[in-house]
Amino acid sequence: MYIAVKGGERAIDASRRLLAAARRGDAALPELAAAQIEQQMGLLVGRVMAEASLYDPPLAALALRQAYGDAIEATFLLRAYRTTLPRFAYSEPVDTDRMRVDRRVCAIFKDLPGGQLLGPTFDYTQRLLDFATQAGEPPVVDDAAGADVEAVPNALSQLAREGLVEPCEPSDGDPEPPDITRDPPAYPLPRTGWLQMLARADEGWVLGMGYSTQRGYAHTHPFAGDLRSGRVVVELVPDELDFAIEIGEVELTECQMINQFVGSAEVAPVFTRGQGLVFGRGERKAIAMSLVDRALRAAEFGEEASSPAQQQEFALPQGDSVEASGFVQHLKLPHYVTFESELQLIRKLRADVHARAADVARQGDAG
Amino acid sequence: MSDIAHGYNFAYLDERTKKMIRRALLKAVAIPGHQVPFGSREMPLAYGWGTGGIQVTAAVIGRDDVLKVIDQGSDDTTNAVNIRQFFACTTGVRTTTRTREATLIQTRHRIPETPLADGQVLVYQVPQPEPLYRLEPRRAETTRLHASEEYGLVNVKLYEDLAQWGRVETSYDYPVKVDGRYVMSPSPIPAFDNPKMHMSPALQLFGAGREKRLYAIPPYTDVRSLDFEDHPFRIEPQGHACERCGDGTSFLDEVAGADGRVRWTCSDTDWCAGRVDQGHRHE
Repeated sequence: MYIAVKGGERAIDASRRLLAAARRGDAALPELAAAQIEQQMGLLVGRVMAEASLYDPPLAALALRQAYGDAIEATFLLRAYRTTLPRFAYSEPVDTDRMRVDRRVCAIFKDLPGGQLLGPTFDYTQRLLDFATQAGEPPVVDDAAGADVEAVPNALSQLAREGLVEPCEPSDGDPEPPDITRDPPAYPLPRTGWLQMLARADEGWVLGMGYSTQRGYAHTHPFAGDLRSGRVVVELVPDELDFAIEIGEVELTECQMINQFVGSAEVAPVFTRGQGLVFGRGERKAIAMSLVDRALRAAEFGEEASSPAQQQEFALPQGDSVEASGFVQHLKLPHYVTFESELQLIRKLRADVHARAADVARQGDAG
Repeated sequence: MSDIAHGYNFAYLDERTKKMIRRALLKAVAIPGHQVPFGSREMPLAYGWGTGGIQVTAAVIGRDDVLKVIDQGSDDTTNAVNIRQFFACTTGVRTTTRTREATLIQTRHRIPETPLADGQVLVYQVPQPEPLYRLEPRRAETTRLHASEEYGLVNVKLYEDLAQWGRVETSYDYPVKVDGRYVMSPSPIPAFDNPKMHMSPALQLFGAGREKRLYAIPPYTDVRSLDFEDHPFRIEPQGHACERCGDGTSFLDEVAGADGRVRWTCSDTDWCAGRVDQGHRHE
């Protein structure tokens, strides 16, 4: 009898040691410091924080190192840690109009109050791999750096004052947003719920869903109204005080998309909005998120919801990278029992078919 | 208890989270077979690997419990080992492989062959709690179907199977009706195990972490596999006996050998070991 029934425990131990060694790589090379990841892989750190719903750059960098550079695995580590943190309070809503922007572009006006501020962007780099830096990078001369710009008015404010763009203020009686990390989702979710889900959804998923709205699966006629990155203060009102105090600041990227809406029987034509807001400098995701947000508002505007990006139960739960990654990969867990059940069934079904064929043949012979 | 994880609460989850889960479980026990939404937490094990079962176990486990964890009927499959280690180091409770000794059993894909007893708790890991999801993927819609006891979809599916194949084309995760009211997923246990749920003296708890749902079957509850009067649900024997203990009544794994010969062994390793201890052998 050689069927292995013992050994699972030893195999797991060995696998953990092999992973540690593989992750470390060539021991002759210096170990990567988490601070280096935080400083030099900032976009990746931002992505992990966004998908983990936890703003903590040093821990995100640590998670990335421990995760062997895998963004979803790092997100998973950070989320599992986040679960254990107590909730002291809920902050006040952050005010992105007060963002200290280091980048703000507006695609709908040539110039506007606050101006166009390109900031650090890949947009106008030429994508030529720089072989000269293989041996090391020369020191960076930061002569382009200016001070952060204080509060730049949102590009849509003027249009909103004229009534051409819908206002973006909570309506009277707006309920408290659900907390998607504490409350199980009940579909259909309110917009506050789906925005939370999109903000921490997998960047690739949101990108694809947003892209689908540009290729005919829902039409949103988008214009990038105001796209900005920078730091925003976080405030909360402690129980003991009746005013808000600053507790820190976070780096955010926001996209306010404006979209054509021709109006309906009750509503005059007006430009509508889609919003994307993410931790870090996830500009690609913020833009895509604003497209999906607007697409998901189909019911609100009486639009036919026939495309995936307009359907909450398709666009939202499938976009969670940690949930999707776990469930897709659980297929490598043992399924001996369910497969054995299927084997039995398919053998019986095949036997039924062969028996019927034999019957038919016999009857043919008899006739 | 020297290797209890430092810095974490007993059984990992904080007490307020456990309380939230216990409340959901109480509701689940009060409405047998009904899926109760709960604030599922992100666990340090991957979704799809038992996060629902782990949260249920963490919420109900006490210092005096004796824990058994099985996957595919075996205590030694890697995922069962990992989950058992997780609870051993976060609770320090005694673990066992013996079904009779355990007060709390977490399982994936099987119900132990040894009949469960009064006072035992069986926790199932559930990947997909919604028994209707293949027929209607929108959960907003399936919630309405359950509320109005509208199970026409699943009856039509069974009927179509019978019409096309002469038998129901479902061999695991075969839906059951609990206490004459709710259609429920038994989790992907083989249909072979379904009858064990009926009138079981044990409390059966089901946790689906990713889908954020809990449900339960209280002890001594009527659990029927869906069928028709003229096509009653039945278990067909596998027609083999275990290579080790000779049992032909337990659920058997089929293992292909390098010599091309197929061997059959009990999926429930504790059951098999118990029979070998009693002197049973393959003829």
